[in-house]
Amino acid sequence: MSSVQVSPPASLIGSFTREAFAAHLERVKHLPAWWLDRKRAAYERFAAAPMPKRTNEGWRFSNLATLTLDGFTLPAAVRFDQLEHRELGVTGAGHLVFANNRLVASQELDPSTTGQGIIFDTLQHALLKHADLVKSHLLAQPSKLGSDKFAALHEAFLEDGAFIYVPQGIAAELPVGVFHYASGAGAAVFPHTLVIAEDNAKVTVADFFRSEKSTEAHFACGGNDLYVGHGAQVSYIAMQDWSRETLSFQFNATVAKRDAKVLALNLHAGARQARHESFSQLSAPGAHSEMLALTVAHGTQEFDQRTLQIHQAPNTSSNLLYKNALLDSAKTIFSGLIVVDPDAQKTDAYQSNRNLMLSDEAEANSLPGLEIQANDVRCTHGATSARIDREQEFYLESRGIRAAQAQELLVFGFFEEVLGKIEHRELHDILTEIIREKFKEN
Amino acid sequence: MKPPTEIETAAAENPVVGIDQTKGDFQYKVDYAFDAGTGLSEDTVRYISSVKKEEPWLLEFRLKALKTFLDKPMPTHWATKDLENINFDKIRYYLSQGQKPKRTWDEVPDDIKKTFERLGIPEQERKFLAGVEAQFDSEAAYSNIKDIVAKQGVIFVNSTEGLREHPEIFRKFFGKVIPTGDNKFSALNSAVFSGGSFIYVPKGVKVAQPLQAYFRINAENFGQFERTLIIADEGAEVVYMEGCTAPKFSTSTLHSAVVELVALKGAKIQYITVQNWANNVFNLVTKRGVAHEDAEIKWIDCNIGSRLTMKYPGVVLKGERARGEVLSIALANDGQHQDTGAKMIHAANNTTSNIIAKSISVGQGRSTYRGVVHIPKHLKGCKNNTECDALLINTNSRTDTYPAISVKGDRNATQHEASVSKVSEDMIFYMQSRGLTEAQAMSLAVNGFINDLARQFPMEYSVELKRLIDLEMEGSVG
Repeated sequence: MSSVQVSPPASLIGSFTREAFAAHLERVKHLPAWWLDRKRAAYERFAAAPMPKRTNEGWRFSNLATLTLDGFTLPAAVRFDQLEHRELGVTGAGHLVFANNRLVASQELDPSTTGQGIIFDTLQHALLKHADLVKSHLLAQPSKLGSDKFAALHEAFLEDGAFIYVPQGIAAELPVGVFHYASGAGAAVFPHTLVIAEDNAKVTVADFFRSEKSTEAHFACGGNDLYVGHGAQVSYIAMQDWSRETLSFQFNATVAKRDAKVLALNLHAGARQARHESFSQLSAPGAHSEMLALTVAHGTQEFDQRTLQIHQAPNTSSNLLYKNALLDSAKTIFSGLIVVDPDAQKTDAYQSNRNLMLSDEAEANSLPGLEIQANDVRCTHGATSARIDREQEFYLESRGIRAAQAQELLVFGFFEEVLGKIEHRELHDILTEIIREKFKEN
Repeated sequence: MKPPTEIETAAAENPVVGIDQTKGDFQYKVDYAFDAGTGLSEDTVRYISSVKKEEPWLLEFRLKALKTFLDKPMPTHWATKDLENINFDKIRYYLSQGQKPKRTWDEVPDDIKKTFERLGIPEQERKFLAGVEAQFDSEAAYSNIKDIVAKQGVIFVNSTEGLREHPEIFRKFFGKVIPTGDNKFSALNSAVFSGGSFIYVPKGVKVAQPLQAYFRINAENFGQFERTLIIADEGAEVVYMEGCTAPKFSTSTLHSAVVELVALKGAKIQYITVQNWANNVFNLVTKRGVAHEDAEIKWIDCNIGSRLTMKYPGVVLKGERARGEVLSIALANDGQHQDTGAKMIHAANNTTSNIIAKSISVGQGRSTYRGVVHIPKHLKGCKNNTECDALLINTNSRTDTYPAISVKGDRNATQHEASVSKVSEDMIFYMQSRGLTEAQAMSLAVNGFINDLARQFPMEYSVELKRLIDLEMEGSVG
């Protein structure tokens, strides 16, 4: 067993030692052997991989000095009643609540929907009951955006998460909510959400990431896989609101099949340093991916967002819109790449990064990239960094609106272009509320 | 070495140097008086320095640069792996027939004269240039500046003369805009540089006609490493144009220049390049200017030739209200990779910069835009506008865009836009319905794509550019 092996140097693994990994394996030993083998292999990859280096283009502009893996522990269980839990606010919607990697509460779906074959359960149950589905979709896509080490760490320590399966032709009317909490100083959490929408299925999933206390330091290393079958529609909305001392990694992998439509919206409010990697593959004709993000960065927060949209088939389209509002001495990085494969003619891809500078100390970095190998395409990108338009501000003030309020209105106007794409009113309001609270913190 | 006969070329009459791509494809047998042999070592560097009778500080500078070059890794973590195909041991680093450039055309040795006459240099000079320098392999073969310009106090010499005879002017700025260790190839240039122009335009002098340099590689396996430094003193204005050609050899050739511009308060420098190397030349060039208060530096960069070009002209906007501009056109045909772009480093308040880059990829050609826009902390009123447009002609053409924009603070504004498209079928159909052939329609559309940029070139250049594009587009459709 692993305990006889020499532990890799602390600089490479920090708190995530072989002993910690063995303790984790002990907790999940009832899960299928193939999964445990994958975890062991993932741990070896994690332990062997070097920390990101300055010369690594995938980490350009990122602060590497603060990417420390020290001082974290696999946390003890917490009870649901210890959490200040806020509901999704959609009557009848199902939810799963995880705290410190364990399920602490759940609201099952209405039996009338489960009768249609929709599965909304924990990953651990799915690993035991639906092994084939999990095997072919869980962390099945490669890590291409620079965080292979941390993606391997996620796989190695992933304990539990949400599993959502919608069978062919079924539309789940209500959104489902998945909540992940971290609690206790130094808690390391590894949330995961796996969504499988079979052909012509439809589902909306909301993922929440919260800390029990806003001042504790956490390590969050989460991921989600979205598989969107032929003609299926998936909306995935994630709200990252970890404590302001958290080091956060999130990895997304989306696969969109023929005529599939996928919308992923990430709201970034929390963490000390947050890296988000999003990888969309448009693998069959007619697939469409909408990649959206809103970030409110304040204090000394750093948000590092890396995206890759690969057009692998003809007649696919993608639309990326990442909007950042920067306060104080916050820093954002947006690095996006549109890749159009040689055969993907008639691709229509768009990529846009807008930075709203609200402080003279803030720093916005944009790296919008294109790699085009087909000629019959329409690919454009744009990046801007600027403050609020003085004329718009002046106009509002001339109508008697106070300066602070005018600024708030204009900031929400800036975000509404993204928020407006959410179908469910309740989810729209929850996001708006998180943004409003974030501005109040200031 | 090839036999002493000239290689036949297209006979198209061409009034402007350095434009027609086939025009440069010929070579003469030359007996070189000075030859540093093949390969690079301390001895090579010492040889070059001693031939040029350089002062000890310069030899020291070169040797230090050589060490930097050897220590630095190839930048293949971001750049193309094609760089690994350069064999530094097979390159000849210094070849020349003599140390002093000729001042009158009659003095130029016949074989070299033939080269430049074929390319039209003396006619050009008579026509509209204020001065010409023609570099043949490592050294300037001919250098002349019109009396009227010389009388204004303008200095236009090659790098060796510049450092030897005007150290008080050139040493102060030499290697300051682009330090030796800026990148691997600027270090290589610093170790073995030879030739290139050193220009000083005194306070308030506006040079009415452009100065021109013409670069020619004649020998196989030869590496050309010219070094150019242009200083425009307060309120001065100058336009500099350079052209380059080389014959097509079976083995690849390296051209690695360093160009430094200094525009002092209120000065204006415009630097125009029409790069038309044969398509087995590695063209790895570092170009940067410093613009002081109210100064303006404009790079007009046109890349048509070479196997791989990596060139990102930059402006450091050091003084208030300084302005930087890069206008770039790249045409990549089969077997070519044009990796070009721009760098704008804002370092003072109210500085503005503008980048407009257009690229055309034909056949299996690959064009890449790489850019840096940097606005550091506590500046205000800085603005950047970047537009990159790529046109893909054939189904297997390729283009990439990699900009990096870094902005601090809320008192500046940047905008970046890029698009990739092909020539619209509607447009082609419309023109064909008016009686044009498909190829004509395509040429017209491509010329239309770069028209607003080409118009900013000196007229003779833009006319030729259009003709060249017609030539390149031949056979790319249908």
